[in-house]
Amino acid sequence: MTSTYFGRVQTRLFLVFTVGLLWTLVLTPFLSLPDDDRYKVTLTTLAWVAVLGVFVWEPIWHLLQQFRWEKDWPAIYLLLQAVPEAVLVRVVLDRILDASGPVGVGTFALHFATTWLAIFLFVQGPMRVPFLRWRFRGGRIL
Amino acid sequence: MEAPGSTGRTGLAGLPGELQHMSIWTDELVARSGLRVIDMPFVTVGGGLGSFVMVDYLRIAGVPAGHIRTLTVNDHPWQNYEYLLASSQVTRDKRIRSDSSSTLDNIWGFPGYAIRESFAARSLRGFIAPLWNVLTENVLCDYWTPTSGQVFRSMQREGDRIDYWSTLALGRAHVTRRRHGGGYFTVLTQADGEDVAYRSSYVHLAVGYPGLAYLPDLVAYRHRFGDTHRVVNAYEPHEHVYEELNRRGGTVIVRGAGITASQILDRLISDKERLGTDVTIIHLFRTYVEGAHGPSRFLRRRGEYGWAYQGFNWPKSTWGGQDKNRVRRSEGEAREKWLRTLGGTTTPRRKRWQRMLERGRRQGFYRMHVGEVLEVVPGGLGVVVTRLKPDDPSVRPLELESNFVIDATGLEADIAEHTLLADLLQHTGARRNLLGRLDVEPHFEVRGSRAEPGRLYAVGVATLGGYLAGVDTFLGLQIAALEVCDDLARQGFCKFIGVRRSITQWWKWALGRQP
Repeated sequence: MTSTYFGRVQTRLFLVFTVGLLWTLVLTPFLSLPDDDRYKVTLTTLAWVAVLGVFVWEPIWHLLQQFRWEKDWPAIYLLLQAVPEAVLVRVVLDRILDASGPVGVGTFALHFATTWLAIFLFVQGPMRVPFLRWRFRGGRIL
Repeated sequence: MEAPGSTGRTGLAGLPGELQHMSIWTDELVARSGLRVIDMPFVTVGGGLGSFVMVDYLRIAGVPAGHIRTLTVNDHPWQNYEYLLASSQVTRDKRIRSDSSSTLDNIWGFPGYAIRESFAARSLRGFIAPLWNVLTENVLCDYWTPTSGQVFRSMQREGDRIDYWSTLALGRAHVTRRRHGGGYFTVLTQADGEDVAYRSSYVHLAVGYPGLAYLPDLVAYRHRFGDTHRVVNAYEPHEHVYEELNRRGGTVIVRGAGITASQILDRLISDKERLGTDVTIIHLFRTYVEGAHGPSRFLRRRGEYGWAYQGFNWPKSTWGGQDKNRVRRSEGEAREKWLRTLGGTTTPRRKRWQRMLERGRRQGFYRMHVGEVLEVVPGGLGVVVTRLKPDDPSVRPLELESNFVIDATGLEADIAEHTLLADLLQHTGARRNLLGRLDVEPHFEVRGSRAEPGRLYAVGVATLGGYLAGVDTFLGLQIAALEVCDDLARQGFCKFIGVRRSITQWWKWALGRQP
């Protein structure tokens, strides 16, 4: 990908709240979570992926991209950036999430990793089917 | 390549004086000249990759094939490209320098060539390798690139699907002039020698490279000594060079430091190592790149051993990222400066080539020289002498003896070498940009050439220096075609490819149905 900063933000918000949301809604009933707060836990996780992404991570990734001559962001980077992002989301959730029971690390990791993978796969190709111009506009949708 | 029916007084020279000298033609004038007039809303001139991609977009945007004519000497759009590739040692089984998602047969770039190769594989390794490559490319491995054979086969399929072949009008288009009352006349000399005038609202010029240009010292050598055997251009057929070297051994000078020089070296070294011949390669650099280079730490390109390294012929983001925006938003000299910073001769850093040249340097059969050539003259029997300009004029110039010189610098001829473009500059109001090419708008309309409500567009290498850097690339041609298509949608000629049309048309592509 060869995103601009606004392209990164728009792509992230769009994908988290379409592909990410859809996958989360499907997956949530199968996760080992407190029954009363299932969707509260997974949707809060998703929201923080968006918030931390826009305000913390995308500026960092974009800054690092400036050191690359091609001003690109290789596919493997997009996959690997999930690791620090997941850790930070988990730390934040530990502090603020008020759930009726504990959320295991494995459950969190399963939700986060599969959602990230779904978004990753979508962005590698299918994204260009509805949005023909997206790849020529630095990832901007609007 | 000679056009059908190009003998005799045809084309511009064959037109009556009135037409030749009038910049704007009226219907009466053309009728009086006896030219048969064919009405066609849209004509694209060239019939190479640029025309193909344009027709593809228009068909997907709802234009019937019957409203488009492709004026060309080519039976199929990859004809000239394949010829140039073959000369520079890229046969159908070899990989070209293009990205997986720069799919000429598919405007969405999905599925890319890598995924298709993966799913067509018959082994697990064949399935995984392309996918792993695109996942880790430019970090753990080289960029994945398709073979030219895959590109051409998929274009054939798409050509069938969109009925590209029915748009072909074979012959050579010599001239496009504005029409009084709007639109344009484009004169085509048909295969049977008859000149016909296409009267259209829209003209799209995708004429490709105006021609090859040789290094001035090699032109002088060829002219003075009439020898085209020992001094050859990499883009011309030059198989005799390899045949003689394989038979008798010898020394060859390669000039240039781009992808073509890499391909030529690959062929020379492969042959030498396969046959065990005594071949020495002298690689002559005009500019020697010692390491990473660029104006700031945020603009540093890799390089070593004389080469500047880059995956494709422009930095990746010039097709759709930060660099695309920078070029798009700059004007005049600022844009020229940007293009010069981002451009330049480069080659991909492929592991195979790294290893080959390393062996060559170690074993001494690949030597490098840096310098400006003073002149090239014949030496003893079967020898050419290349004299390098010395730093100090009082010193005797260094002389390099070789049996062959291969010019892989890839110089391009001036756009005015192309008859139609030269006429355009003279009669249609078109002008040159700061790089000497055709000045076009961001949507690729040729500036100064409008004949309301008609539009004249130009794409490809003739427009280098405009608002898009990589105009002479697969993806650059697609970006240009999309810009033109969007502009035509604004004129009401075709439908805008929005989200809904994009999805339904992709689905039709996937099912192999007509657009």
